[in-house]
Amino acid sequence: MVVLEARGLNKSFGAVVAAADINIAFREREVVGIIGANGAGKTTFINMVTGYLKPDTGTILYRDRPITGLTSREITRLGIHRSFQVPQIFAELTVFDNVLAALGIAAAIRPGFWRPLRTPELSARADAILERYHIADYHDQMAGALPQGVRKLLDIAMAMVGDTSVLLLDEPTSGISADEKMNEMDTVMAALKAADVTVLFVEHDMEVVERYAQRVVAFYDGAIIADGAPDAVLNDTDVRTYVIGPELHRRA
Amino acid sequence: MTRADYTVPGLTGALLALLAVHPFLPGWALNTIGLSLAVGLVVLGMLVLKRAGLVSFGQGLYFGLGGYGAAMAGVFLGVTDFFLLCLFGVLAAGLVAFVLGFLLSRYRGIFFAMLSLAFSMILYGLLVNSAALGSTDGFGVAPPTYLGYDTGGGSRLGFLLYGLTCLLSFGCAVAVHRYLASTMGYIGEGIRENEVRVEYLGTSVRRAIHVKYVMAAALAGLGGVLTVLFIGHVTPDDTVYWTRSGEFVFVTILSGTGNVAAPFLGAILFELIRTYALQYAPNFWQMLLGSTLLLVILFLPGGLWSVGRLIRGRRHGGA
Repeated sequence: MVVLEARGLNKSFGAVVAAADINIAFREREVVGIIGANGAGKTTFINMVTGYLKPDTGTILYRDRPITGLTSREITRLGIHRSFQVPQIFAELTVFDNVLAALGIAAAIRPGFWRPLRTPELSARADAILERYHIADYHDQMAGALPQGVRKLLDIAMAMVGDTSVLLLDEPTSGISADEKMNEMDTVMAALKAADVTVLFVEHDMEVVERYAQRVVAFYDGAIIADGAPDAVLNDTDVRTYVIGPELHRRA
Repeated sequence: MTRADYTVPGLTGALLALLAVHPFLPGWALNTIGLSLAVGLVVLGMLVLKRAGLVSFGQGLYFGLGGYGAAMAGVFLGVTDFFLLCLFGVLAAGLVAFVLGFLLSRYRGIFFAMLSLAFSMILYGLLVNSAALGSTDGFGVAPPTYLGYDTGGGSRLGFLLYGLTCLLSFGCAVAVHRYLASTMGYIGEGIRENEVRVEYLGTSVRRAIHVKYVMAAALAGLGGVLTVLFIGHVTPDDTVYWTRSGEFVFVTILSGTGNVAAPFLGAILFELIRTYALQYAPNFWQMLLGSTLLLVILFLPGGLWSVGRLIRGRRHGGA
């Protein structure tokens, strides 16, 4: 069943076309890798889906319901959550308090004024999340002092605290050493598989894409130039030329 | 590991101690404590805002609205009951904050601070040009009655006003403490740290700031009512003028935001410094206050309440 769909999405920033007639649909529980060179329109697409940017024209549907005009907050409430290229965490709170606050905020449509947030039940849930994302060792550390890989994991853990149906990960392994990347993605993907969500992840490392994506979508100049199984897309002539191939490296 | 929280037992102890010392303290000390607690209430509201990363340079607006609201209810409506006067003051401040909050919740940083100051100066301008309200001279406020009990024009420093001021301060501090530990309280921390994440957790940052703004205004309004009842007079310069708002910012920095007791300690310390500076260095008292602020910013950027944390840190560091 299709969970998320974009129809005729267009977005320009002055003369720069960031999205050019994007038509695409994602099914439930799919894990989709989104690839493309810098400026290809990957993050713009994620920003439009999550309400951070409004498309100039086109429609985004979530379970057949148009969500194009909704705010990021309303879209989050529907179950479309995201992580960020630069982790969006509460730097001056401990790792535990980050997750606890996220749990409380995400659960409360009308946040309570009186009931303490730090209940045994919610604290236990926060601890379980820290375990699930392998960051329990950092329980009492200030989030601002964490290594980049742990920040990324915390950001993703916080994005997942609500009732998530679709998760968009914006470059989950950027800024992480090559050795740590696979460990981090193993942790994330194991946690997400257990949560039964549709995952769209933007990624530059093709090894990561090949290993975790069931389907790959390639962007170039705001348009989708390939969409399909990882083998097919990563060996596509246009993709090799404009996204991962020798042509791109020669230009750089 | 979570440290034990002794805030409510501590506040209860402080309340009992303040009530117990009433018969033994001279009038000036009772007056200082009463007025300091009233200022502490205003700063308690500013603590709520500051926990969300916001500083208001115009909290005198709500302090004045509370003071004038109660005073006008007394003079023009004949209301004398302490509790009704408090209600009038709090409602006047809260309702205006509710309306202005729709605008102010859009702004952050210096824009939030200066807009709040701008509104306080508009009220100041209205008051000094209002002959009916005594212009710059203000007007007098009769001693209140208490649920029908009239003290017979006795001293304002009698046990009732002093005791109720202590009780109200205690109640507000406990309520704010509880609030800060709630989900809504944590949203404030989240807003200060990262508004984007709060929005992407599905909560309205603007709505949360609006609520906190109204809360802070209501507390400032209550502080204004109590001040006016202690002094027996209300003037624009003592309530709404920007120097008054500046005092509140001063006490907020002096106190720190570490605990709900800090605003009251900070307010008492501020009042004592000012009183003694005025007495012993009448030509230099502003300089002494300025130096105090400078020292706090340089050596205690977390305010008075951070002293305990520093000592604990040294102990652990030395161990």
